[in-house]
Amino acid sequence: MMIRPHRNHPLWLAFFLHRVSGLALALFLPAHFYVLALALTAPQRLDGFLAWTSHPLVKIAEFGLVFLLAIHFFGGLRILALEFLPWSAPQKSLAAAAIAGAFFLSTTFFLQAV
Amino acid sequence: MSSAKGNLSVSVWRGTGTQGRYQAFDVPEEDNQTILDIVSWIQQNLDPTLSYRFACRVGMCGSCAMMVNGKPRWTCRTHVRKVAENGRIEVGPLRNLPVVKDLATDMDPFFDKWVEAEGRFHPTRTRADPIETIDPESSSRKVADAGIECINCAVCFAACDTVTANSDYLGPAALNRAWTLLNDAKDGDRGGVLDAVSGSGGCHNCHSLGSCAAYCPNELSPITAIAGLKRETARSFFRKGR
Repeated sequence: MMIRPHRNHPLWLAFFLHRVSGLALALFLPAHFYVLALALTAPQRLDGFLAWTSHPLVKIAEFGLVFLLAIHFFGGLRILALEFLPWSAPQKSLAAAAIAGAFFLSTTFFLQAV
Repeated sequence: MSSAKGNLSVSVWRGTGTQGRYQAFDVPEEDNQTILDIVSWIQQNLDPTLSYRFACRVGMCGSCAMMVNGKPRWTCRTHVRKVAENGRIEVGPLRNLPVVKDLATDMDPFFDKWVEAEGRFHPTRTRADPIETIDPESSSRKVADAGIECINCAVCFAACDTVTANSDYLGPAALNRAWTLLNDAKDGDRGGVLDAVSGSGGCHNCHSLGSCAAYCPNELSPITAIAGLKRETARSFFRKGR
């Protein structure tokens, strides 16, 4: 069994997702900076790479990347709120619901604009 | 009153120190049976050499905690019907503590950390002085009250993966105790408590996994107490540089 019984609760899962998304983003960042650096060192290779990114599989991978970023961003906000704001449990639930609602609305508008 | 219904397949950890294995027992199922009832039944009817620890049997003393199907629980208040998985129960010694024998763990590391976290009361008055009046409705008293019902059962200590990874970490119970002292108007060594919880094994090791609050049998929230300590130590650092 991958997840041992005592880890089977929501806060542990939140920690796990935050940690794994952070590690995955840390692996992505050097590649990201390398590609950005190509704009200065080898513009032709950058153009070739950008043409490659229009491939549908890469688009799907980009969705995963944005998903990781969203998980890590909101996971970080969660930890900051958890540790630095002495809120009650209902206040935390309300704040999480407000952020989720705002994210849903803004993403809907964003998707319509694209 | 009770009526036998069938048999439970119970695996119990047997061994001393780091050596041991799970031993299988068949135990008759009863109404309103607790995990401690099962362990006692095995000890009284099948194997008198089984070692385990208990005292009050009513959830007050905190001595009977064990791992039940992989989760830390107070066994005297854990009903079999709530935790049995297809009639199977696995009972082991608490995690993160050395095993003395079978289900009895050495609690010294747990209580040593209680002392390291400056978890003793620091009086400011003698018995000759009048009793200090404390307003039970004051905000600091309410925060302290939220954490004082700890029974030292070490369920949170066994549940915490940070304790597993870092043997210096003071752990949820000791830090929860430090937080109640910090909010106790009668305690006279606020600085000493803050120093004790901000060292290398202190509150900032906590990764907020939340297992302590998820399994605390008295429904306390050590994770909230530790977050409070993180805020107070940060505030102290920015104000006084320590």
